[in-house]
Amino acid sequence: MADRAADSSANRPQDFVQIAMEIVEPITKPPRSLVAEQFDDLEQQRDAAQLGMWVFLATEVLFFGGLFLGYTVFRSAYARDFAAASHHTEVLIGGINTAVLLFSSTLMALAVRAAELQKQKRLVWFLLGTAFFGLIFMVLKGVEYHKDWTNHLVPVLNFEWHDANPGHVQIFFWLYFAMTGLHAIHVTVGIFVMLVLAMLARFGKFTTGHHTPVEIAGLYWHFVDIVWIFLFPLLYLAGHR
Amino acid sequence: METTTHPAKTYWKTFAALLLLLALTWSIGYVDLGLFNVIVALAIAITKALLVALFFMHIKGSSRLLRLAATVGVIWLLIMLSLTLGDYLTRGWVPLNH
Amino acid sequence: MNANVATEIDIRTEGEFARDNYLSEHTVRSWLLTTDHKRIGILYLFTILFFFAIASVAAAMMRIELLHPTGGLVTSETYNKLFTIHGVLMVWFFLIPSIPTVLGNFVLPMMLGARDVAFPKLNLTSWYIFVAGGALATWSLIHGGVDTGWTFYTPYSTTYANSHVISMAAGVFVAGFSTIITGINFIVTIHRMRAPGLTWFRLPLFVWSLYATSLIMVLATPVLAITLGLISLERIWGVGIFDPKLGGDPILFQHLFWFYSHPAVYIMILPGMGVISELITCFSRKRIYGYAWVGCASMAIAILGFLVWGHHMFVSSQSVYAGMVFSVLSFLVAVPSGVKVFNWTATLRKGSIHFTTPMLYAPGFIGLFVVGGLTGLFLAALSVDVHVHDTYFVIAHFHYIMVGGMVTAFMGGLHYWWPKITGRLYPEMWGKLAALATFLGFNLTFFPLFVLGYLGQPRRYHVYPPEFQVFQVLSTAGASILGVGYVMPLIYFIWSAKRGRVAGPNPWRATGLEWQTPSPPPKHNFKQTPVVTGKPYDYSAEKDVDLDLASI
Repeated sequence: MADRAADSSANRPQDFVQIAMEIVEPITKPPRSLVAEQFDDLEQQRDAAQLGMWVFLATEVLFFGGLFLGYTVFRSAYARDFAAASHHTEVLIGGINTAVLLFSSTLMALAVRAAELQKQKRLVWFLLGTAFFGLIFMVLKGVEYHKDWTNHLVPVLNFEWHDANPGHVQIFFWLYFAMTGLHAIHVTVGIFVMLVLAMLARFGKFTTGHHTPVEIAGLYWHFVDIVWIFLFPLLYLAGHR
Repeated sequence: METTTHPAKTYWKTFAALLLLLALTWSIGYVDLGLFNVIVALAIAITKALLVALFFMHIKGSSRLLRLAATVGVIWLLIMLSLTLGDYLTRGWVPLNH
Repeated sequence: MNANVATEIDIRTEGEFARDNYLSEHTVRSWLLTTDHKRIGILYLFTILFFFAIASVAAAMMRIELLHPTGGLVTSETYNKLFTIHGVLMVWFFLIPSIPTVLGNFVLPMMLGARDVAFPKLNLTSWYIFVAGGALATWSLIHGGVDTGWTFYTPYSTTYANSHVISMAAGVFVAGFSTIITGINFIVTIHRMRAPGLTWFRLPLFVWSLYATSLIMVLATPVLAITLGLISLERIWGVGIFDPKLGGDPILFQHLFWFYSHPAVYIMILPGMGVISELITCFSRKRIYGYAWVGCASMAIAILGFLVWGHHMFVSSQSVYAGMVFSVLSFLVAVPSGVKVFNWTATLRKGSIHFTTPMLYAPGFIGLFVVGGLTGLFLAALSVDVHVHDTYFVIAHFHYIMVGGMVTAFMGGLHYWWPKITGRLYPEMWGKLAALATFLGFNLTFFPLFVLGYLGQPRRYHVYPPEFQVFQVLSTAGASILGVGYVMPLIYFIWSAKRGRVAGPNPWRATGLEWQTPSPPPKHNFKQTPVVTGKPYDYSAEKDVDLDLASI
């Protein structure tokens, strides 16, 4: 197995250009072999990637979990205030956004299917579609945040609450922005990943029977969808309307 | 261990079910069930999450190991939630010795 | 040769130094862009030693300050910063990475018969992330450090501290991602890259312990990450969920923090226990007693370790009923550790014991870990803890486990695998002297602290009533001996890397696949993937071996 770094002996400035090329090169040129050198075959590589992504998703559950814990503790302590606060969330936008993400997840599942069936054009469109609806989600989120701003519901910046227990209501909105904000960051990362994959798919990278990156990106996207599936009722429907 | 994808119809049917559950959770959000609001809302959310995991994420038909990996995070989250709530919910209890 | 491994390997004659190994290339680029797990292990070794040195200087300054009841060397603010940086660096930048990222990275793929870990590029990335986290923490230190204690309790850390909390918290946050990546890598490697015939119950116990450790790494560390993020945001914006004035709860911080930090101590000790299993079997020339029990005990510790965090909060205003539950669960988690101690000891029985340097560290570990573990049980008893919480008793307890246990195991493992890593032996006489020095120095440093704590001296104070001085002086004296014991290996390891006696592939005549390759190993470990056909630790053929190790 070739050792790319085996030829040089000095550390001149030219070497650093060489280093940069070595990092960029694998992304743009087709790989020498589809199987990385630490693996015996394609199947082992795919199994490893899938397990790795699932373990990573478990870490994400606990990462968001800390915020869910905070939410649970304070909702049980301040149920009425949380209900009152929840009435002021933009439930229509939230509901539409839920549907948007569910639809993007469907497109993603279809993208993985297209990859497995080696239908390159379909794959590209489905990946772009996933990214597009992710973008719609973000745009609607922006609109929603703007509305929260005009309603003086943003802690730190312009929070005002003239009914009972403003401190408790502020905690609700702090958690609301923290949880939806962290989620939005994850959506943004996902959109970028989908766009990169779409570009790679366009150049034929996934038509050789090796489509693991699409699969595991899909797992990530579905996970982000699942987080929102829980966020929606907890934040927007906390008290009946 | 293969995760073969489903026929496209399966995905569309799953999507339809998810939208239905979304409508359900939305409308129940306008009904006062007291304590049950949150229970029903969570139950519906869990169902939706299961649909996404089973069909979109291909847990249905996956190896035992992947299914274990998928559930472990959730179980650990539940451990964190339950033992912490165990503290908060018992703080106001009457002390043992008077 | 181990009769249980059928493999075509190029083992050169005894005592020959393997040319063309993973160290052969000398360029900076080949080190900084390596994806070889062995080199990454060495990169980590240098990095953690750097932070160990800084944290040790902080400890030395504290011990000198504590020589006199009214202090005099530093102000109380500086003392607070010293114990904080000591804790932060030792916990997150030395203990947690130590065995997994140094010995684990180096040895794990070889123990599995693999060419590398599952995700070698991620492995390198994890090192760079670790360095970045360390840089942030060092930046914080240079600009005055933090005085909250390594535990960052609210509301002091969020509202009242005037020190560089956020940059320190950011450093730990970033380093946490390094831990998570390492954990994911190890889990996938162990599941997916075992050699043919290497079933779970044929794995070396070191692998079991790394697997259990990795589970904790991936499940606990994310909670620390979000918690550090939350206190940073609360500190920046003055709004959050921990401020009682706004309806928040500072105890919620403690729940979140200790949910991670208690399992974190098992991240620290489990790999050490795995090393001890390797050392005890090799140097008693015997199979481990109760292999399956020991392997399962690692898993039990990992799982049960998540259920006990409230024992750090007995006096925090946590509900007494929750305290009772946590207390019972804490007693429970001691059981699998007890199983391991019993099994190690039983392994020694009728063994053919060779007291090499690693085999001086191993029983040292067992004895000191027993003391540390038992005193942990004292602390788990609610009523006792009310008396000794936040006293030197707690400090003594965790140093017995962390230093007496974990660092001892790390030293033992480093000596054991040194010939594999460098192809050369360390000088045996100096190794034994250093082991003895650390054992004596350690006990003199930390045993008096049990007495001090029981007598009531609180922790994190740099001034104290004069009647406690004799114990503090004993402790500082011990610390200087301990320091010598740690500096000695630094010197002779560096010496031996170039001048030590050539070790050959298997100087200890140990079982295990890592000993079936040349020393130092070639880049891809094995010429051909080995096939495993027998049980681990089969020393039946090698019982009366002469481990000839001439000392210099």
